[in-house]
Amino acid sequence: MAAHLSYGRVNLNVLREAVRRELREFLDKCAGSKAIVWDEYLTGPFGLIAQYSLLKEHEVEKMFTLKGSRLPAADVKNIIFVVRPRLELMDIIAENVLSEDRRGPARDFHILFVPRRSLLCEQRLKDLGVLGSFIHREEYSLDLIPFDGDLLSMESEGAFKECYLESDQTSLYHAAKGLMTLQALYGTIPQIFGKGECARVRNGRRVPPDPMFCFQQVANMMIRMKREFTGSQNSIFPVFDNLLLLDRNVDLLTPLATQLTYEGLIDEIYGIQNSYVKLPPEKFAPKKQGDGGKDLPTEAKKLQLNSAEELYAEIRDKNFNAVGSVLSKKAKVISAAFEERHNAKTVGEIKQFVSQLPHMQAARGSLANHTSIAELIKDVTTSEDFFDKLTVEQEFMSGIDTDKVNSYIEDCIAQKHPLIKVLRLVCLQSVCNSGLKQKVLDYYKREILQTYGYEHILTLYNLEKAGLLKPQTGGRNTYPTVRKTLRLWMDDVNEQNPTDISYVYSGYAPLSVRLAQLLSRPGWRSIEEVLRILPGPHFEERQPLPTGLQKKRQPGENRVTLIFFLGGVTFAEIAALRFLSQLEDGGTEYVIATTKLINGASWIESLMEKPF
Amino acid sequence: MNWTKGDEEEYWNSSKFKAFTFDDEDDELSQLKESKRAVNSLRDFVDDDDDDDDLERVSWSGEPVGSISWSIKETASNSGSNHEREQLKNRNSFSSYAQLPKPASTYSLSSLFRGRTRPGSFQSLSDALSDTPAKSYAPELGRPKGEYRDYSNDWSPSDTVRRLRKGKVCSLERFRSLQDKLQLLEEAVSMRDGNVITAVLIFLKRTLSKEILFRELEVRQVALRHLIHFLKEIGDQKLLLDLFRFLDRTEELALTHYREHLNIQDPEKRKEFLKTCIGLPFSAEDSAHIQDHYTLLERQIIIEANDRHLESAGQTEIFRKHPRKASILNMPLVTTLFYSCFYHYTEAEGTFSSPVNLKKTFKIPEKQYVLTALAARAKLRAWHDVDALFTTKNWLGYTKKRAPIGFHRVVEILHKNSAPVQILQEYVNLVEDVDTKLNLATKFKCHDVVIDTCRDLKDRQQLLVYRSKVDKGSAEEEKIDAILNSSQIRWKN
Repeated sequence: MAAHLSYGRVNLNVLREAVRRELREFLDKCAGSKAIVWDEYLTGPFGLIAQYSLLKEHEVEKMFTLKGSRLPAADVKNIIFVVRPRLELMDIIAENVLSEDRRGPARDFHILFVPRRSLLCEQRLKDLGVLGSFIHREEYSLDLIPFDGDLLSMESEGAFKECYLESDQTSLYHAAKGLMTLQALYGTIPQIFGKGECARVRNGRRVPPDPMFCFQQVANMMIRMKREFTGSQNSIFPVFDNLLLLDRNVDLLTPLATQLTYEGLIDEIYGIQNSYVKLPPEKFAPKKQGDGGKDLPTEAKKLQLNSAEELYAEIRDKNFNAVGSVLSKKAKVISAAFEERHNAKTVGEIKQFVSQLPHMQAARGSLANHTSIAELIKDVTTSEDFFDKLTVEQEFMSGIDTDKVNSYIEDCIAQKHPLIKVLRLVCLQSVCNSGLKQKVLDYYKREILQTYGYEHILTLYNLEKAGLLKPQTGGRNTYPTVRKTLRLWMDDVNEQNPTDISYVYSGYAPLSVRLAQLLSRPGWRSIEEVLRILPGPHFEERQPLPTGLQKKRQPGENRVTLIFFLGGVTFAEIAALRFLSQLEDGGTEYVIATTKLINGASWIESLMEKPF
Repeated sequence: MNWTKGDEEEYWNSSKFKAFTFDDEDDELSQLKESKRAVNSLRDFVDDDDDDDDLERVSWSGEPVGSISWSIKETASNSGSNHEREQLKNRNSFSSYAQLPKPASTYSLSSLFRGRTRPGSFQSLSDALSDTPAKSYAPELGRPKGEYRDYSNDWSPSDTVRRLRKGKVCSLERFRSLQDKLQLLEEAVSMRDGNVITAVLIFLKRTLSKEILFRELEVRQVALRHLIHFLKEIGDQKLLLDLFRFLDRTEELALTHYREHLNIQDPEKRKEFLKTCIGLPFSAEDSAHIQDHYTLLERQIIIEANDRHLESAGQTEIFRKHPRKASILNMPLVTTLFYSCFYHYTEAEGTFSSPVNLKKTFKIPEKQYVLTALAARAKLRAWHDVDALFTTKNWLGYTKKRAPIGFHRVVEILHKNSAPVQILQEYVNLVEDVDTKLNLATKFKCHDVVIDTCRDLKDRQQLLVYRSKVDKGSAEEEKIDAILNSSQIRWKN
């Protein structure tokens, strides 16, 4: 069991168990010994729901990563390809199958598409002449993967691009399907709120606007699927009270800013992949006297980060400036605990002490790791460049000098800082100014193209299409109104003992989370004007419940809201939502779902144009 | 671990080892250090074998699967927190877990999507297979592939789409009339399932003429966008361009065509291709960039051929001393300018590789030019060229130093290229803002500048502070002492 999944208000282990069972069912269908050939991208997400022992129990004897030419030798009856439905992977599979055919004993081939079968891919397999070789061609609906007790992600890296650039609704469909699965397990969600549009290409680039709105679409899809999938009423007592669907392009600002929570900074600096992070090994080398620093490990140190680790659960969502004091207090407590050995006099006392040792050792190991990570982060956050960058970001977000060329950005380009960093800042400036003045935009564009290469015209076009970097049209900057009404910028922020969500960015309160907060109290009616400024409509739907399933809330009992971010969510936003969940008089606890866990860099990168 | 029994006993009995006391006012860095120290001293307390890496490295019986991360022992996360878990459970007395009529582990996802005869009773997979009236909505697993095929020929468009969505292979061929085909498409679109929409589009693409397909999709925006995405995915560039042309989406047409160059490796072919992009309907701004892109590659090809020849001939000093690390082909403009400032600085304006020529051709702004030239010349330690870059003569023949990028930037760049202190000093002195000057001078150890500036500011205190930073018995110390002892200065502090 992944115990940390059941700590939260909603037991997400139920979902995990359901997807595990689905996997077992598929494996058992291919009778006999098997080898699995993995699409490497999937191994990370799969790791969150199953481990090798589960596969082994079901006669999986070998595992390979999907590569060109022929498969490594394996004396098994079945070969199962577990892949995303992508065309380029089909070509590799065909190569594997064809070279295997020539080699001797017949095997049974199967293909498991995650999360969906694709007729396009099957067509490609057919064209390559191998479709008939597969006995089972099936799909494994791993739509929403439980990451933590209150966090689910589809880990679909292309979702934002598909929705906002290609206007392809496939990921909306998956989102709706994932939500259906949740409703099947946790009961119908009586109330649905939403804000945002998708599928509309803004800024008048000669593309006719599309009248349909994505989240309404997700909501519609859900209601429609519900009619189809469940022959009878869902008879599970609802666990969630509300569903809030938030479109990422309602809040393009937040992911662009540098996250300042502990977990957010780990992600910004080292990148967290499927709850794992790889860190430079030097800091983690065991220090022994007289060792003289030889034999330093060269392989990156890999750590899993989730709430199963007590200390991490405590510090992950804190502003980084508040982490040091927690770590030092922990060190004191642990030191004191180990000191207890001197007081242990009787056999009973010694026994008692010894019985606590494993827990103490685990705590010590955890403290050692996080102290090292905190030091690594501190090195970055105390650097001059980090400070300069943060200053510029904060100026933009508080509305200072957003309408002229920024000299720090100029310097970054001149010194050829990473392009993603430059784009992130320029986009932030654009978003905080409701678009840049044409002259300013042209200047940045020219500098970027001359310094990083003309082919980035394509990336700039994508950013413009997504609304991240655009000329100011209509001549009015609406950001100040949004900022003031939603109190997005807080001058006095308490990083140690926060009283407001703005602590996660040391001053800036993430717009998306502010919207959620205001929805729960006092309701969106109070901010109608701002909602009209933000893109896309807002809406509310009810899903009727039979009387037997209607919940009578006990006094003082919190509501549970499922908040779904289409297009990605950052760790800092998650931290802000957890902060709201923990407020004593908050009234609402949140479970967070998303298409992908993102940060500004990974997000911008997903929009960059690369060779085919 | 080299922990001997004696060490252990000594450690166990020693009372040297004390809990740290922390000052809560301490700044965070020292807090981190403290906790690090505490942790380190604790590290070897007991021989520990809880090496996390070992847990991760569960041996696979197959070939290692690279970065696969999922052999983590789940049980590891369970230690010692059962109590807490129990509490949490109690708090959420109505937790979903308790609400489910059966232990969760008996559900599978597909069973959830299967129609149920009795509310609340899930069917297991085997039930579903034997129990024909149960409608199956998820793709049916476990049937031989033959059964997927659907021989019935009288499915309506909506039934067909429904079946496609369930992952069954249906023949679309019998939808012959345009009307039928369009109805099929509309059904697919209303289903919102991209997979099915694409399947129908593949069929339409194969069976309809381009003109009709385009015409019908123009009024069906959702399907149209799926077609565009699909064409991009399969790389059907030609049809995509035709489509954009038909739709009169000129800018997308131009960009899509231009994008193709990324796939052309051969420089000559790439250049020829870029030539075909000039004049396409880009926005006015972009048109100029595309033209520049072409011109740049054209230049690079000439320079590359020339320089490769010069380098291999071995007659040119600069190439002998500083062999080229990579070809200049396909590098950005600024990199090309740097290259030309590095290898071709003194060439006359008439040659393609001269920096001045590049500057003119691409209208490189003065700032950009100076920055790049400075970096290139500093890298070669050609201080004379650096000097010349910032020297201007006025009409009376006097020389004056001027830097369009600001001398603080000049100093930073020179320092990055490890310029000697005398050179640095000269430029630090040219920084106008006194505070910046003092900061830079301190940062780069230009002692004379610091000392002179303090003297000029009559800032005795700061000079005293600085005295403690310079080496004992050094010339700097002497200089400071001389100034401090001077009776001519009226110190302000």
